Amino acid sequence: MKRAVAVNGLLALLALVTLVPLAWMVSVSLMAPGDAAHTPPPLLPDHATFTNYTMLFARLDMARYFANSLALAILATLLSLTFNVTAGYAFAKLHFRGRDRLFRLLIAALVIPAQVAMIPLFLLCKELGLVNSFAGVLAPNLATIFGIFLVRQYALSIPDEMLEAARVDGAGEWRIFGHIVLPGLAPILITLAIIAFLTSWSDFLWPLIILNDADKQTLPVALAGLAREHVQDIELMMAGAVVTLVPVLLLFLALQRFYVRGLLAGSVKG
Amino acid sequence: MSRELTAWTFVAPALAALGLFFALPVVAALLLSFTDFDIYALADLGNLRFVGLDNYLALARTPLFWKALGNTAEFVILGVPLSIALSLGAALLVNSRVARWRGVFRTIYFAPVVTTLVAVALIWRYLFQARYGLIDWALGRVGIAPIDWLGDPAWAMPAIVIFAVWKNFGYNMIILLAGLQTIPDELYEAARIDGAGAWGQFRHVTLPALAPIMLVVSILTVAGYFQLFAEPYVMTQGGPVESTTSIIYMMVDQGFKFWNLGVATAIAVVLFAILLSLTLAQLALARRWSRA
Repeated sequence: MKRAVAVNGLLALLALVTLVPLAWMVSVSLMAPGDAAHTPPPLLPDHATFTNYTMLFARLDMARYFANSLALAILATLLSLTFNVTAGYAFAKLHFRGRDRLFRLLIAALVIPAQVAMIPLFLLCKELGLVNSFAGVLAPNLATIFGIFLVRQYALSIPDEMLEAARVDGAGEWRIFGHIVLPGLAPILITLAIIAFLTSWSDFLWPLIILNDADKQTLPVALAGLAREHVQDIELMMAGAVVTLVPVLLLFLALQRFYVRGLLAGSVKG
Repeated sequence: MSRELTAWTFVAPALAALGLFFALPVVAALLLSFTDFDIYALADLGNLRFVGLDNYLALARTPLFWKALGNTAEFVILGVPLSIALSLGAALLVNSRVARWRGVFRTIYFAPVVTTLVAVALIWRYLFQARYGLIDWALGRVGIAPIDWLGDPAWAMPAIVIFAVWKNFGYNMIILLAGLQTIPDELYEAARIDGAGAWGQFRHVTLPALAPIMLVVSILTVAGYFQLFAEPYVMTQGGPVESTTSIIYMMVDQGFKFWNLGVATAIAVVLFAILLSLTLAQLALARRWSRA
């Protein structure tokens, strides 16, 4: 009994610590400009107001950054599905020379941090005319080793007999992929899609480097820029944070089962 | 034979993309780090010269480089154990037989992981404020004098560590929780019969069973923490007095503020060398332990 109280008390305390920053953000975003800067710090707005949100969208071009981030995240998701799924399936179920050696090489390459490639990648994008374009933002995320790995691990469980039977019936490999494999992979496709979307939405360093024009910036890049200009405008910045976080938190709440599976596939079995 | 060819049509697009936008730049990074690539070479490649190890030697003579290495090491050494300990603690609590609303708590603890780093770093920048910050106010309530978290060179990095642990502990918690759930009840039963208390069971059943997962978790966490960048960019801009300038922060400054691209890639290569040797060391240590 005492143990139950202690365990649940600690659980609740940790939940409080986890949630307070997010709740505080929402509360401050609804305060009138200047109201948060008081001692003791106010926890709730005197009169809730949407002034900060109006300011963000009417004066600071928030809608454009939001649209940029959304467009990029959707494109990144579609590209990730296009490039990683066929490759992941092939590494699991099709036979070609050097397959297993190639796969081991990919896994070994996971130890290379993306930042190592970043400066040559910038120069490459400059050569290709991709600097300051959405194509440049997307280029390094077309195919990802993690994405290929995720799909492969899942595709391993497709029974070979099923594929063989289709081959005996005369179906071509792409037809088999479209009619038998893809439907079977549906759950892991959702996982891959969420991960691609969230990664793109929150990505910061690469878009910061590759995008120059203010009107092409993504939410995190624009928010970091605004925060440097508006250091004292706590309420405004918290409204910006809310706008950035609400979509990803909603997506996570709706689809967390799929997201968590991807996370486990990436570490426990790896 | 045609089946082999068909198979290649499945992998070729992904391999081409990885080759062009990952493998090629990585190889180019090694080469670039031996050149004096700068703003002049950017304008005209004719100005590019091979300089051997000069970039590395110049870095070794730059105090800020050593400071950035030290700052990053501080972040890793403080952050990784703290984060894994909290992850493990949270996983044990959620997994406890007497815990209620496990799903709810698990979701709450995981929520910061999916948040956008820049946005939550902004929140914490204000939470850590010396005058109006919630944290100093809360500390004041229990009689602790206010700390100028982000303005004091001694406290800025610990503050970023606290933020990073808040943001990340849910990730490893999920992985460790999955590990805990694979430990059969019979093992605990046997330990109890042998007279092991709660601590004894944790020490002799839980920890050994989790060891392989802990290895993966620690490798991933160390690698992740070494890539510190957005937190100081948003919260401290590398300050005060460069106390939160990390390796990547310095790389970005050198590369895209001063356009010393040769020096910047040398910094990236050093980071890679550190990560590679640490990963190999962790694997070697694990192998020795599992043999012992």
